[in-house]
Amino acid sequence: MISPEKEEFVVITLNGTEVEVPNGINAVEAAALHGKEVPHYCYHPKLSIAGNCRMCLVEMGTPMRDRATGEPILEDNGGPKIGWVPKPVIGCATNVSPGMHIRTESDLVNECREGIMEFLLVNHPLDCPICDQAGECRLQEFATDYGRGYSRYIERKNVKPKRTRLGPRVTLDDERCILCSRCIRFSQEVAKDDVLGFVDRGSFSTLTCFPGKELANNYSLNTVDICPVGALTSTDFRFKMRVWFLKESKSICSESSSGCNTLVSSREGVIQRITPRRNDLVNDTWMTDSGRELYKSVQSEDRIRRPSADGSDLPLEDAISRAFETLKEKKLGLVANCRSTLEEQFLTQRLAELTDAKVFIRGHFGEDDGILLSADRTPNLRGALVAGLTNQYPAEHLNELNQSISDGEIDALLVIGEDLLESGITQENLDKISLVFMGTTQNSSSSSANVVLPGLSVFEKSGSFINRSFLLQCFDQAIPGPAGLLSECKILSKLVNLFSNETKVLSELHDVWQAMSSMEDSVLSGIEFSEIKKGAVQLDGSKWKHLSFVEKEALHHKPMDLITA
Amino acid sequence: MNASTPKERRIILKHADDPKYSNQIGCYLREGGYESLKKAFSMKPDEVGEEVLKSGVRGRGGAGFPAGMKWKFLDRKSGKPIYLICNADESEPGTFKDRQIMYKDPHQLIEGMMIAAFAIGAKQAFIYIRAEFHEGARILDRAIIEAKKAGFCGDQILGTDYSCNLVVHRGAGAYICGEETGLIESLEGKRPNPRIKPPYFPAVLGLYQCPTIVNNVETLCNVRHIIEMGGEEFSKIGKPNNTGTRIWCVSGQVMNPGYYEFECGSLTLGQMIFDVCGGLQPGRSLKAVIPGGSSAKVLRADERFTGSLKDGTEFDWGLEDIPLDFDGPMSAGSMSGSGGIIVMDDTVDIVEAMANVNAFYAHESCGQCTPCREGSLWMRKISQRMCSGGAREEDADLLLSVAKQIEGRTICAFGEAAAWPTQSFVTKFKDDFIRKATDSQKDRDPKSLQLI
Repeated sequence: MISPEKEEFVVITLNGTEVEVPNGINAVEAAALHGKEVPHYCYHPKLSIAGNCRMCLVEMGTPMRDRATGEPILEDNGGPKIGWVPKPVIGCATNVSPGMHIRTESDLVNECREGIMEFLLVNHPLDCPICDQAGECRLQEFATDYGRGYSRYIERKNVKPKRTRLGPRVTLDDERCILCSRCIRFSQEVAKDDVLGFVDRGSFSTLTCFPGKELANNYSLNTVDICPVGALTSTDFRFKMRVWFLKESKSICSESSSGCNTLVSSREGVIQRITPRRNDLVNDTWMTDSGRELYKSVQSEDRIRRPSADGSDLPLEDAISRAFETLKEKKLGLVANCRSTLEEQFLTQRLAELTDAKVFIRGHFGEDDGILLSADRTPNLRGALVAGLTNQYPAEHLNELNQSISDGEIDALLVIGEDLLESGITQENLDKISLVFMGTTQNSSSSSANVVLPGLSVFEKSGSFINRSFLLQCFDQAIPGPAGLLSECKILSKLVNLFSNETKVLSELHDVWQAMSSMEDSVLSGIEFSEIKKGAVQLDGSKWKHLSFVEKEALHHKPMDLITA
Repeated sequence: MNASTPKERRIILKHADDPKYSNQIGCYLREGGYESLKKAFSMKPDEVGEEVLKSGVRGRGGAGFPAGMKWKFLDRKSGKPIYLICNADESEPGTFKDRQIMYKDPHQLIEGMMIAAFAIGAKQAFIYIRAEFHEGARILDRAIIEAKKAGFCGDQILGTDYSCNLVVHRGAGAYICGEETGLIESLEGKRPNPRIKPPYFPAVLGLYQCPTIVNNVETLCNVRHIIEMGGEEFSKIGKPNNTGTRIWCVSGQVMNPGYYEFECGSLTLGQMIFDVCGGLQPGRSLKAVIPGGSSAKVLRADERFTGSLKDGTEFDWGLEDIPLDFDGPMSAGSMSGSGGIIVMDDTVDIVEAMANVNAFYAHESCGQCTPCREGSLWMRKISQRMCSGGAREEDADLLLSVAKQIEGRTICAFGEAAAWPTQSFVTKFKDDFIRKATDSQKDRDPKSLQLI
């Protein structure tokens, strides 16, 4: 475990009260730290400052100094004399300095907010009941919190394009756009795909794509998340569900080793959408579009929903016993998985030790986009290293396993998730061995298997992953799994019991964690289960720095050789 | 003409109306051109800056900030290149002085710019010229070639080690391109959205995030004369804090509209309108004057202006007594701005006049920040409705309230430029606005509006 660095603090006066805030942060963040909301639209903590919405206007003053001597000028009571800026200033572009005074609750500030709210609404459709953003709309929220509550506008509203297709996944309603330019800045600064801009001027300014371009990059849906109003909407999600019906669960994206923090929104056991969750160490407030699609696998056609043995369905308990029968007293091999949770990998390793099985594991690789889609397309390769399943960097194939089967060194195999044909095992070899498959989707392994144990998707269980920067992060179950199934953890734990003749069941995560953290000479030693529940834990990965990890330098990630260099 | 009215003193426009003078370099050299440049190059850059500071010359673009002081704010420690930009985007309605200078005496501007560039250490200078000045851009381009050939600009100026390239950049056809930071954005090839200040003060983070000085055409021309006569001497022209001459552009309902160059403070608004410009058309009376371009607050003909000047002297002026300098119109609650005096007589419908100004600002708002974007269009819609028979009595107060919600809350000074006309028109001519409502109620056929 590595502790984060300490910040430097300064004292400012917020609405007449002295408070301590980190040096250099802006007035919006400083006020938020002390429970004072400064409403804002264009400001986003992870984008450059535009200062165009003017919603965050506050009053600001600094201690006055004598121009000639530089000495502070004092009031009669001995306190510093404050030079208030005559006009309100924007909080987002005002960075705190020692002794600064900020008022977020004065008459002037309230009046400014009322004025800006009125201006934002004069050309905005007032049709919240049929707007998809309702329930998570900043305009709606701030209008009720800071607006006047009545309209003085009797002119006609501007007309702009509706239902514009900006790209394959994003639909734009220009009339709702308040021209905050967050999406434009995101495209330029984070996605590095400069395709959005305004045309026309004044109140007729219209957001659009540059001619011949479309918003098609793999981060396009982030513009929908940061759009404070109902202008940019997800073509997939729009008008499907009212957001106040959604249950949000904290999750981790399993698309690649970047480990984006996500929120999985579901209603009555059905996932409706996935959105990013802020983590300044990992993904800021972003995630890939492709990662948001993953939930669709939960309901996919090829999902394994029932345990089976030799082609016929049977209850899970029986299937586990059959699996034990199939595997016991054999020359056992074990194909572990970099997509399994750390807890599953730990139990897999425990099983391998008990059965003297030889462990094989493969990696899945792709292009690294330098942002949040890393070259390692598994969420937990480092988990496999930490759990001790391997001490080599996994290759993309399992040729060694194929050889072992050919040589007769292995005649039974427990496969977790992987597709054996795709991994380089020949059909001939596949037919030679007894095979138990545990996983969520059908593939060549499941169709050749003697026993099939259905697993749960990442949304249907809890667990933890170790991402590319050796950050240990846990995720929560979002929806229940199919009826009659158990998580891989529980299945593995039952197998462990069967092989060891023990009755102690390591079926709950905290039990597994107790076992993991009590291991000696492990980077997990001493980490409490309650600790990982609180937030990401930085592990020391230096033990593996000799391995050539495939990830490139990316958002909040530096490859280890660059760190040491 | 009244005997007490002073004569024009033409420094900048000395040769503007001389039939024997053309805008080619021969004429300019014949009249002693580029001698100031030679003089400046015999000095140290700091000394040139010191002379400009001593002269007290204030910016002619509108805000009236001392030019020498502006140069002092330049960040010289960063080690980044320094840029000089001439703001020739003259787009304030009622102003047409810079155009005269550039069309008739372009070398004066080039000389002023090269002196300024030398003083601030710029290696690259730009003339950002209004898009509509096609001819002006052509004239300047040719003049720059002439000046380069003669060694007054470009590589190794006057045979010294100092080089400064000068290019003309055609503007983007928008009022906001004349705003300092909007201009810089436009010059960088983007939409001219003004930048937030802090942190983007041009003297520190200007063009391409490098220290940049942006000066008006007339200001830069003055630099040439400051060096010629010395800062001390220049400061004796005009009045203290209002040094030099100013070119006033008079338009509207006067007999002789045009440009007139006078020493600052040497004459009053009344003398300008009634003596210099030949007064109003027969039988008309003065109703209102906008003293500094359309964004300045309007002054009512029968207003009294009282208060005390910066030096403590009390004043009690009628409209005609306002001295024409920087501080005079400012003391009267308006501003001299860019020197565009717009005269309105009693035939003007004041509501229509304001509607016209509002239409301009609604059209020209860049649309970046909320108050200006939405407020200017709203004011336009209200005032156009008022002029189309739909005025309500409460509209006057609504206009004032909308304008108040814009002023001081925007990224750039456009907010004030859009709000001040409305604020002053409505406050000072409230009766006209109320009458608009009551008259229109009386005259309106109740069915007519619904048929639209």
